[in-house]
Amino acid sequence: MKDGEAAKDTRIKVLVAKPALDGHDRGALILCRAFRDAGMEVIYAGLLATPEQVAQMAVDEDVDVVALSLLNGSHMTVFPKVARLLKEKGGDGVLVVGGGIIPEEDKPKLEAMGITGNYGPGTSLKEIIEHIRGRVRKVRTKPREATPRGLPRSSKRRRPARGR
Amino acid sequence: MRKPKSSGYWASKADELSPRGKVGGGDGPSLVWESKTLRPWLKSAPERKESFATTSGIELKTAYGPEDLRGIDPQRDTGYPGSYPFTRGIYPTMYRGRLWTMRMFSGFGTPADTNRRLKYLLSKGETGLSIAFDMPTLYGYDADDERALGEVGKCGVNVSSLDDMERLFSGIRLGDVSTSMTINAPAAVLLAMYICTAQMQGAPLKGLRGTSQTDILKEYIAQKEWAFPPEAHLRLIRDMMVYCTRKVPQWNYISISGYHIREAGASALQELAFTLADGFSYVDLGISAGLPVDSFAPRLSFFFNSTMNFLEEVAKFRAARRIWATVLKEKYGARDPRSMLLRFHTQTSGASLTWQQPLNNIVRTAIEALAATFGGTQSLHTNSYDEAWALPTEESAELALRTQQIIAEETGVADVVDPLGGSYYLEWLTRQLEVGSYSYLDKIEKLGGVVGAIRSGYLQREIADNAYQTQKRIEEGTSVVVGVNGYKAKEGRPIKTLKIDERAQRTQREALARLRSTRDSRKVESSLGELRRALQDEKSNSMPFLVRCMKSGCTLGEVMQVGREVFGEWQEPAVL
Repeated sequence: MKDGEAAKDTRIKVLVAKPALDGHDRGALILCRAFRDAGMEVIYAGLLATPEQVAQMAVDEDVDVVALSLLNGSHMTVFPKVARLLKEKGGDGVLVVGGGIIPEEDKPKLEAMGITGNYGPGTSLKEIIEHIRGRVRKVRTKPREATPRGLPRSSKRRRPARGR
Repeated sequence: MRKPKSSGYWASKADELSPRGKVGGGDGPSLVWESKTLRPWLKSAPERKESFATTSGIELKTAYGPEDLRGIDPQRDTGYPGSYPFTRGIYPTMYRGRLWTMRMFSGFGTPADTNRRLKYLLSKGETGLSIAFDMPTLYGYDADDERALGEVGKCGVNVSSLDDMERLFSGIRLGDVSTSMTINAPAAVLLAMYICTAQMQGAPLKGLRGTSQTDILKEYIAQKEWAFPPEAHLRLIRDMMVYCTRKVPQWNYISISGYHIREAGASALQELAFTLADGFSYVDLGISAGLPVDSFAPRLSFFFNSTMNFLEEVAKFRAARRIWATVLKEKYGARDPRSMLLRFHTQTSGASLTWQQPLNNIVRTAIEALAATFGGTQSLHTNSYDEAWALPTEESAELALRTQQIIAEETGVADVVDPLGGSYYLEWLTRQLEVGSYSYLDKIEKLGGVVGAIRSGYLQREIADNAYQTQKRIEEGTSVVVGVNGYKAKEGRPIKTLKIDERAQRTQREALARLRSTRDSRKVESSLGELRRALQDEKSNSMPFLVRCMKSGCTLGEVMQVGREVFGEWQEPAVL
């Protein structure tokens, strides 16, 4: 680890992914650059990663947020799949945000599954960055439960802060 | 691969055409105007912005005059329509002879769904077909593949087998229409299906007209719908070139596409330069396959974007024609004028459409369509206003087609060829884009050609960086997009959009299950085995084997899987 302990607690780590057959990466690549310029640590999953691979990557890389982008209409199948796989793999503390071409009526359904944002075309980068910061802040300031250390991830309700 | 005929060709062209002397400086009358009229005016009335520039970052003066045309020879560089270097148009009469082809890109759901839409558009006066395929088809997976889940029929029509292709064109005589198929990684397979369908209808292959997009280079650069590594796809394209040149001589087997490069975030200059670079790579490919340049270059055609910076778009189309003609003649030694003609299809820009205040998109599309006609396009697709939301409805697609018909019939722009030719600004801008393209072509050659520039991630990064800069300008408010970061409405008004349910997925999976249980599995196995051996032998032409596979009832996914096993898959270099 290159960063100091303190930095690790404050710096948001985000995985940007397009986990489907969807090559429209303009938005995802813009977000990668914008998140990086906003001081976040950014990992890009690359194209054609499967939901399984993305969830695994998120857990292995110990990210705070998975940012999903799809413009191919498969968000109602794929976004929940990533969220479910994250839980299965022990990444239940990882926040999931989404964006792309998402019809209004799908947004509440995704929200109910904990997938927030779901921004469409024309959203400002600032709004997306603030949303992520806000959600991470909320999780990090939540009083920690007394979870015994060394417990397997999947049994913890909330992911511990990194660097402990 | 053949060594470039003249290394340093591109640099020497850029140098030859660069404006000499003081850049932006005027002479006599323009200097007088600047000092006597412009400067005193600016003192009391400054301009809106400190500087003005095109999307390509070309800085603009307040006004242009004859002094800006120095170095541009009206005979040699501009000329007349239908004569070399074709800056003003590829035919002497252009739209006075025949209007552009109105070709609306359409496809969704099952082949039967799209078949109905095609017949609807034909009944409304559309003059050519254009098929949009869904993501599984574009990547070469069957509708019943695990990876296709949730994507079948969503962004286009699903075609997983020859049966699907027959349903798609049921009741449409392939001998009588021209069809454009937007298909790239599995282009050879879809062409094989189209050929089989035409044969079953009794249409002679010699008369088959249409286009398959096939341009894999722009997939690595921009649209990112690939299956195999570049060299493998280029070999399959070579097979198509050789096969079509002999058997389907009127088929445009490749449509060299700037559209997606632009949509991914490129500037006008980048779209122009990268697309031409791809085009010259395909010329190199044909020549290295032993085809004389004049035997295949007339079949190469192009596909450009038309977006909102109106005059830069018009200049881009004109520059493209001039560069193509010049290079084919000078560098490749083409003799047949048809080899030098850059024919192109245009689509208005999807990325310029806004989700906010969607009705504004009708206006944007009309302006972009107008730029394409001023630029001399051969065919045109106009986007529908609801496409930032969903695939278009029947109603919105009809309105988009009507937009073209209004331009063609009511505005008078189709009555004179290249009506903007000779405009000081336009001719100057055309030259700027031309010089900029030669510089980019030089840079790409030095990186090892287009494939080298893809493998190093250079082209992808150039585009992603430009996309980010464009977005930042919107963020900062230095670029205004009406309804998005300026002139905002308090609340959005919902529009009616097309919904694609999961029915298409079910229908397509059932059709595949039927096919798999009724076909002769021995024929399937043996034709796939023959295909595998053909793909393993670099010298073999894979097209006849693909045709045989389709006739034996193999699916798209099965054929592509053989390719994946023989060639491997492509891993994109890091582009961050």
